[in-house]
Amino acid sequence: MSFPWARHYEPKNALTQWIDSRLPLPRFVYNAVGAGYPVPRNLNYFWNFGVLAGVCLVIQIVTGIVLAMHFHSSAAGAFESINGTIMRDVNAGWFLRFAHANGASMFLAVVYIHIFRGLYYGSYKAPREMVWLIGVVIFLLIMATAFMGYVLPWGQMSFWGAQVITGFFSAIPVVGEWIRVWLLGGYAPDDAALNRFFSLHYLLPFVIAGAVILHIWALHIPGSGNPTGVEVKGEQDTVPFHPYYTAKDGFGVGVFMIIFAILIFFLPDYLGHPDNYIPANPLSTPAHIVPEWYFWPFYAILRAFTADFIIPAKLWGVVAMFGSILLLFFLPWLDKSPVRSANFRPMYRIAFWVLVLDVLVLGYCGGSAATPAVVIASQLTAAYYFAHFLIIVPIISRLERPKPLPNSITEAVLGDHGGSRMSETALSA
Amino acid sequence: MATLEDGVSPTQTVVPTGDVIENPRRRDYLKVAAVSFAGVGAAVTVLPLINSMNPSADVLAQSTTEIDVTAIEPGQAIKTSFRKQPLFVRNLTPAEIAAADAVPVSSLRDPQTLAQRTREGHGNWLITLGVCTHLGCVPLGAGEGENRGPFGGYFCPCHGSAYDTAGRIRQGPAPKNLEVPNYEFTSPTVVVVG
Repeated sequence: MSFPWARHYEPKNALTQWIDSRLPLPRFVYNAVGAGYPVPRNLNYFWNFGVLAGVCLVIQIVTGIVLAMHFHSSAAGAFESINGTIMRDVNAGWFLRFAHANGASMFLAVVYIHIFRGLYYGSYKAPREMVWLIGVVIFLLIMATAFMGYVLPWGQMSFWGAQVITGFFSAIPVVGEWIRVWLLGGYAPDDAALNRFFSLHYLLPFVIAGAVILHIWALHIPGSGNPTGVEVKGEQDTVPFHPYYTAKDGFGVGVFMIIFAILIFFLPDYLGHPDNYIPANPLSTPAHIVPEWYFWPFYAILRAFTADFIIPAKLWGVVAMFGSILLLFFLPWLDKSPVRSANFRPMYRIAFWVLVLDVLVLGYCGGSAATPAVVIASQLTAAYYFAHFLIIVPIISRLERPKPLPNSITEAVLGDHGGSRMSETALSA
Repeated sequence: MATLEDGVSPTQTVVPTGDVIENPRRRDYLKVAAVSFAGVGAAVTVLPLINSMNPSADVLAQSTTEIDVTAIEPGQAIKTSFRKQPLFVRNLTPAEIAAADAVPVSSLRDPQTLAQRTREGHGNWLITLGVCTHLGCVPLGAGEGENRGPFGGYFCPCHGSAYDTAGRIRQGPAPKNLEVPNYEFTSPTVVVVG
C-alpha cells in the first residue's frame, strides 16, 4: 500500500515519459525503493539488515556465476578445479572463491540478525504475517543452497556432509532408503549427486530472488514496521525511503563491506574446516564431522536425541531439526499479544534474550564433539528452544501487562513535542 | 455444431434439425473431461523427470563386486568397495565366533545371531557394509591396528557407535546392525557381492 501522501513519480523528460507510458518500470522502482515509498521516520540500524541480505544475495549470484565458468562438476575434477585451477591459475580466482565462501557466512549472519530483529520487534504479527511466512521460506531456500554449495569443492567435509545430510532421509520409515538413493542418484555421494547439487545450487538463488520480490511486495502492503510497533498515523510519522533510508542503508553497507573485506583478505579460512582441503575419500571418515557454523544450532538439535521413544531416536532427531524451523511458520498465531515491540513487553523481552542465549549455546554444542556433557547441554537447550515457542510465548502473551505505548511514532521520537502534531514545514525547518 | 451463432448461448446446443435446446451439462462434461485428460497427461510427464534422478545404468552396472579372500588370515579384515560404499570382509577367529555366539540374542537392539549374518559353511566370514547405520560414517576396525571398540568388532568415531564381532550394534546411537549385503561364495575363496 502506498500512504495517500506518498510522492508521485513524474517523468521529467521526453525519454522517461515515453518509457513510463509503455513499461512503467522506473515508476515501479520509484514506488518500491525510491522517494515514492514512505517509511517510518524512527527506524534504527537493525532495519538495515533486510537491504544487507539483498546485497549478500547479489554478491553470491555475481561471484557464483563467474566461479561456475571455471568449475568442473565431477567427482574426479571438482576438488582440483577449485583448489588448483581457481585458487592458483584463474586471474583473481582466489578472490572470487574466498568472496563466495565467506559471502555465504556473511549472508547467514545478516539473515540471522534480520530474523532476530523480527522476533524482538514483533515483525511477524498482523498485518505482516505473510511477510514473515515468505521470509521463513526464503530461510529454508538459503539453507538448502548453502548446503549444496558446500558440497561442490568435494573435499572430505563436503563429501561426508553430503553423506550425513542425505542420511537424514533414510530415517524416514519404509521409503527412507529409497528416497536417499533417489536423491543421490547412487548408493553413496558420487558424480550423479555432485552434478545435481551443482544444478540446484545454480538454480535456487534465482528462486530466492523471486521469493524476495514477494517478500518485499507483501511488506509494502501494510508498509514497514518500526521499533515502537505503533502503526503510522499520518504524514509526520514517515520520511521517503529515498534519500533518507538509501543513505542510512548505504552507511550500513559500508560497515558490512569492512567486515567482509577483513574476512576475505585476512581470515579467508577462519570459518572453514581444514579437512575440506583433503580430497573426498569415500573409504575414510574424518574423526569429527561438523557442518558450517550457521548450521550448528540445528546440528545440535539433531544429535540431542539419543533414546528410542515410540519412533527411533534418529527419526526424532531429524523431525526435531526440521520442526525447529517449521515451528516459525506458526509463530504469528502462537504469540497473541497485540503489542508488537519487545520494548513495551517486559516479560517477552526477557524471554527473547534467553532465547538468544539458548540458540548461542545450541550453536556451541553443535560445533563441539558429542561428549556426554555436550549431549546433555544440547538436550536441555533444544528442549528450551521448543518450550519458548510452544509454551512460554503463548503464556506470556496472555499474562503480560505491557507498558503504555506512545500515541504515535512522532511522539516517541520527539517526546512531548510530538504530541502537539508538528507540521511537515516545522520538521524540515 | 454452431453453439456461438447469434442468440445461442454457451449453455445451449443447436441440434441438426436447427432447434436450439438448453443443454447445460454437455459443455460442463466436455470441460471436465478435457481438463482432466490434459491434467493427467501433464502429471505423467513428471514421471520421467523423477525417474531420471534414480541411479543410472552406469551406476547400477557397478552393483556386483568379486572378491578373492585367500589372503585374509583369521583375525584380519579388509576394506574394499561395493557400489562405491565401503565393504568390510572379515575372517573371524574361533574366539570371536564364540564371543558373538555367547551373547543372548534377546538382549540386542537389533536381534540377530551370527549364523543369520553369515553363510552356511562359511561361518567365519563376516561380510558387511562399512557404513554406520547412524549417519553413514565409516566405522574403524577393518584396517590394521584400528580401534575395534569395546566389543571387539567395529567402532564408529563420529558418534561413538560400537559393533561386536558379528557387526551387531551394541552401544551408541546407531539403530541397526551393520548391513549384510547379498553375496554368495562361488568357490571356497571367491565371493561375489551384489
